[in-house]
Amino acid sequence: MNAAAWISLLSAVVVAATPLLLAATGELVCERAGLLNLGVEGMMAVGAVSGFITAYHTGSAYLGLLAGIGAGAACGILFAWLTVQWVADQVATGLALTIFGHGLSGFLGHSYAGDTITALAPLAIPGLASIPWLGAIFFDHSLPVYLALFFVFAIYWFLYRSRAGLTLRSVGEDPAVAHSLGLPVNPTRHAAAAFGGAMAGFAGAFLSTAYTPMWAEGMVAGQGWIAIGLVVFATWRPLRLLGGAWLFAGVGVGQLFSQAAGLSINTYLLSALPYLAVLLALVLISRDPLRIRLNTPASLGKPFRAET
Amino acid sequence: MNTRRDFLKKAAGLSALGALGVTPLPSLAAGGYYTIPLKKPLKVGFVYIDPVGNIGWSYQHELGRRYMDKKLAGLVESTYVENVSDARVEGVLRQLVDTGHQLIFTTSFSYMNPTLKVARMYPQVIFEQATGFKLAPNMGNYNGRFYEPQYLTGLVAGAMTKSNKIGFILPFPIPEVYRVVDAFTIGLHEVNPKASVSTVWVNTWYDPAKEREAAQTLVASGVDVIATHTDSPAPMQVAEAHGIYAIAQDSNQIKYGPRAQLTGVIDHWGPYYVETARRVLEGHWRAEATWGGLKSGMVELAPLNPAIPQEVVDLVNTRKAQIEAGSFEIFKGPLYGQDGALKVPAGKALDDKTLLGLQWFVKGVQGKAS
Repeated sequence: MNAAAWISLLSAVVVAATPLLLAATGELVCERAGLLNLGVEGMMAVGAVSGFITAYHTGSAYLGLLAGIGAGAACGILFAWLTVQWVADQVATGLALTIFGHGLSGFLGHSYAGDTITALAPLAIPGLASIPWLGAIFFDHSLPVYLALFFVFAIYWFLYRSRAGLTLRSVGEDPAVAHSLGLPVNPTRHAAAAFGGAMAGFAGAFLSTAYTPMWAEGMVAGQGWIAIGLVVFATWRPLRLLGGAWLFAGVGVGQLFSQAAGLSINTYLLSALPYLAVLLALVLISRDPLRIRLNTPASLGKPFRAET
Repeated sequence: MNTRRDFLKKAAGLSALGALGVTPLPSLAAGGYYTIPLKKPLKVGFVYIDPVGNIGWSYQHELGRRYMDKKLAGLVESTYVENVSDARVEGVLRQLVDTGHQLIFTTSFSYMNPTLKVARMYPQVIFEQATGFKLAPNMGNYNGRFYEPQYLTGLVAGAMTKSNKIGFILPFPIPEVYRVVDAFTIGLHEVNPKASVSTVWVNTWYDPAKEREAAQTLVASGVDVIATHTDSPAPMQVAEAHGIYAIAQDSNQIKYGPRAQLTGVIDHWGPYYVETARRVLEGHWRAEATWGGLKSGMVELAPLNPAIPQEVVDLVNTRKAQIEAGSFEIFKGPLYGQDGALKVPAGKALDDKTLLGLQWFVKGVQGKAS
């Protein structure tokens, strides 16, 4: 492969990693607050359909993104309301949210399948975009691609450098202790779930207004589940999400490139590669149990009822 | 995916057992016709694998259903069930039988075995299954010769490519896919012997994100015409965005590529549905394997892009007329395999039986053949 092909490969990886990064960053914050929301796939579907419908009627893909974020946040708040307010089981509620999101998105989008919108236009960053190699790979994309990278670093700063982030992590470690210290456990969890939903909705709307500007039932195609897997893969550390998302997107896009370049490798093996890569990485991470224990939010998935 | 329909279907599967044997038994009439005791109007059911939407494989079947309803108004009454996964098709079929449907079209290759199973259970119902190859006394099958129009699109691609590199996005290694790629390449080389075809397998019939990534990959490797045998319009969108050309699949995708769409392969099932329903109504139906080409109208060529030079348009029209008249063989020798070995000697052509089991690429196709 020549330089131009490498640049387009890496540039495609950065874009393909965007929905994974957005959804995984949201889920990471949610899990850090102790809420395991398995509804990412459904929230992405709702975000995708809301984004598409809004962009279709308003003619603005940016309004579509906002609508997707709003719809995702609404799903996140619904999840928090059920699991925090009413202490419903988180796993079951999350799964129900995935199923509900699929059904709702199919229902809402039924008459929009096959319609077209004007896709979100790329915004080349002046100056940076003309850097050789890096410019084309990182700085010549649509807005959500930059925002996905921004959020990873912003959330890193938020969790480890801000007081609110410390509160959120404390709530995720031990809500009872946090509560006894007077920290707002339930409001924090509500906010974290809303943020997680908003980011999943953002990821979905990115798919339907920028990546493949169309609506089709099932178009999220499992990316929500990969995002949840990435959070474990990153051992709940935001910066490691970058590596995971790029690895996954890179193996997925790379196998297509290797075919176009004429490499003779069995295509079923190539299709399985992204999953094998993640499995291998998970096994390598799991060899060090201490690292996992140190990073896993201790109250993850456990219901919390404040003693009054 | 369509979990909201689960409950209905499970319930239907249970209650359908009672439908057995309520009507007199069907019989094989003179002439080998399979007749069933008909209720009027004939209730016709359709099962689709995708949501219908406004484009794609299932949408084309839905257009066919509507065409049949219009042509046979008063004689037939039809319904459809969309977005039916392989796991649920059996329950859906029982439900359709249970609600009085006497002719049922199942429109995915993957429905073949479930349809056969249900057909054996309900001899008083006639089944027609698309793109499969199995038959039963009350189950026929039908398929389009997609390779015929795809050969014509190859002629167009050969004339329009400047880089002499064409990309082809492929779903699964089945004979249908080898046939369309080979026919396309034969057409391509007829016009432009220097051009080659790069293939990318995506191992899915429908995944907009993956098809988009495959198309972008091909663009990066220098192709300037993209063809596909997958179902989403994502490759057409990529072609439009990059200012190159693409070939539409299943439906006219001009909305997605007003400048990019060169032409395409369009499925047109309506006349077959009308004919089949009419035969059932008249007691002249028998289980057959139908493989309809350009002549039958089951497959068509999408409108040609105005950018195509007139002499290419003339060549396409000539070949189309010859194929329809049966005076032109697409798969005629000499044909060489990918490695350059002679596969079909000069003066010979592949017959239908060989085509149905085709498993190799012709010379000029790059990429692994599975």
